Amino acid sequence: MRDEARIPPTATAPEPTALDRLVAWLDERTGAADFVRSALRKVFPDHWSFLLGEVALFCFVVLVATGVFLTFFFAADSGPVVYDGPYAPLRGAEVSAAFDSVVRLSFEVRAGLLMRQIHHWAAVVFIAAIVLHVARVFFTGAFRRPREINWLVGFGLLVLGMAAGFTGYSLPDDLLSGTGLRIAYSVALSIPFLGPWLAYLIFGGEFPTRELIGRLYVFHIMLIPALMIGAVGLHLAILWFQKHTQYPGPGRTEANVVGRHFWPGQVFRSLGLFFLTAAVLALLGGFVQINPVWVYGPFVPSAVSSPAQPDWYIGWLEGALRLGPNWEPTIFGVTIPSPFVPGVVLPGLLFTAFALWPFIEARLTSDHREHHLLDDPWQAPLRLALGSAALTIFVVLTVAGANDILAVFLNVEVEALTQVLRVVLVVAPIVVGVVAYRLAVERARRPPEAAAPSAGIRLRRTADGGFEEAEEGAS
Amino acid sequence: MTGRASDPGPVTERRIERLVAALFALTALTGLALLGLYIAGGQPQLECLLLALCLGSLGIGIILWSQELMPERQVEEPRHRLASDPGARAALAEAIEEEAGFTRRRFLIRMLLTAVGGLAAALAIPVFSLGPAPGRELFTTSWRRGSRLVGLDGQPIRAADLAVDAVTTVFPEGHAGDAQAQTLLIRVPADLLRLPPDRAVWAPEGYVAYSKVCTHAGCPVGLYRAAERRLICPCHQSTFDVLDGARPVFGPAARPLPQLPIQLQPDGTFVALGDFDEPIGPSFWNMTEGES
Repeated sequence: MRDEARIPPTATAPEPTALDRLVAWLDERTGAADFVRSALRKVFPDHWSFLLGEVALFCFVVLVATGVFLTFFFAADSGPVVYDGPYAPLRGAEVSAAFDSVVRLSFEVRAGLLMRQIHHWAAVVFIAAIVLHVARVFFTGAFRRPREINWLVGFGLLVLGMAAGFTGYSLPDDLLSGTGLRIAYSVALSIPFLGPWLAYLIFGGEFPTRELIGRLYVFHIMLIPALMIGAVGLHLAILWFQKHTQYPGPGRTEANVVGRHFWPGQVFRSLGLFFLTAAVLALLGGFVQINPVWVYGPFVPSAVSSPAQPDWYIGWLEGALRLGPNWEPTIFGVTIPSPFVPGVVLPGLLFTAFALWPFIEARLTSDHREHHLLDDPWQAPLRLALGSAALTIFVVLTVAGANDILAVFLNVEVEALTQVLRVVLVVAPIVVGVVAYRLAVERARRPPEAAAPSAGIRLRRTADGGFEEAEEGAS
Repeated sequence: MTGRASDPGPVTERRIERLVAALFALTALTGLALLGLYIAGGQPQLECLLLALCLGSLGIGIILWSQELMPERQVEEPRHRLASDPGARAALAEAIEEEAGFTRRRFLIRMLLTAVGGLAAALAIPVFSLGPAPGRELFTTSWRRGSRLVGLDGQPIRAADLAVDAVTTVFPEGHAGDAQAQTLLIRVPADLLRLPPDRAVWAPEGYVAYSKVCTHAGCPVGLYRAAERRLICPCHQSTFDVLDGARPVFGPAARPLPQLPIQLQPDGTFVALGDFDEPIGPSFWNMTEGES
């Protein structure tokens, strides 16, 4: 009930609507009216490339929703049971309780298979969207001051996302993922001095251990998602307070943001994009089979499937191991195991450089100014060259991760293909980097194109939150 | 105050409104159909089709509404300087430093950090409960002198069951399925074997046994190319020459697969003459420890 005594009705005041009453009820208890109005009026620049990060966020929402459903059916237990469900080829086989629960979830729980496959597809698309988003941020220079912290948070999200994916597809305890875990164990073991301790602490002893699935589960459904939810919140909060970057254009300067209001424009289109993302994931989840663990069979330590490929975002690490040299020196009694350099040092260096890139670039270019207007990727030859070289390394390693499949497809010996890829891994990034650099420099020499005509009338937001018409082409 | 370049006329607007309403109706209908399908027993492809229609029509409806029926406004907002003014920063520094004379007590601050460090170490210790300390098990397997070679089913392997170029996975009796002890028993023509002289007796009559755990990343070395008598690891294509003591001839593995010394018994079964004489599987930093 509204307190009519405090707000005396006037003759001209219209009858309060339901919305008015709701706003009044909330505001009397929070005093948030000004703050919320200002938030709804916040300006967001508009460009298709800004949607990549949103798609990643929406995949994350789908992952959490479908993931919660899956936890109700999954048994995080490596203990043996005998499968006696409806999938005939496995009936009577001794499998782990984890594997059994995944097969049951897929064939006996209504909507279970759909949920599981949507979950897996959402993970695959999630990382893909993050990678494209990172590429956009990188090549347009959106990471420059003052956004270095958010670059680091985003980097953390990519690493966490990969860890979530790896721990997730390892949970069903099938033959393929068991092989992946064994490789991960061996790579951890290969670290000089720390390796055996590290591998034992993570895996609970010498591989394979009974504890492993339970541990992966804690990481997959609690530790990693908790960190990710925190990091996503931080990522968005920083974005909100720093305001979004924008592409250069008429009326757009380092000192303003031109775009549309958060409400309703941005909210509606983001909501629409969310439902469309979810719809595409639903289609993939129902029509495109992913990770059919009943085909791979349960994990047996003495068996292995061939060909064996991990999810796409782990492929480059697998490729690095495949291309690695058979180099294993022992110096003063300390052996440097062969997986150490390609499996630990190389990814470690690449990811360190990746994380610290905003600081490296500021140092290299001596540009420590704030930037809110994005670069055309061609405007920064050095960044373009190094970025495309790094992407080339990633692509070559990913291809190498599927060298056995590619060898069959191309009808060549896998040995020959591996030798070629070893050379390509060194040569291709250099060639791509140099070509990108030359092209960018050439482009910079050409006279600039005429500025595009300005589009329509613009409103300017004033300091007190109101709006006024801005003069054409104002800067 | 506003305006898209082309405002929809009232007629177009009504048509779009009807379209959006129809899309929302489709969302509601497919949602109900999904419910019906679920009750009827479910079917993954139909479920996904209905779910995609349900979500997709809602998404398209919302986007159409926003694109076509909400006046498109390009608005401009000034960026506020992120940094506070110098006065505020000085006040912050003062608030941290001056109150209660916190920073003046250097000694206490150092001791406080020491205390926190000690506490952190104490709290980190339980991490070591997560796994046993690495010990000799990295260097040894369950193979013992006299262990009979059995298959995954626990039944003894008989020499007569293996044709030339046949390969089978064997375990020590009582440890069938053991991940570390898994071993490949391969029969090759005895005169082709080029083993070191001291190991020739380890391969009676051309039956030779190598650890099945790849010395690169630990995958089971599951492929045997009989034509070249080579073992190939399907994970990273490390290739080992069976005739030459499982020497790595291609790929990232740097060590041969350790050879298991075996003996053919009068009853046609095999026993091991002992454990592998070096660590099996992926290398680790101190693996040469204890080598003479």
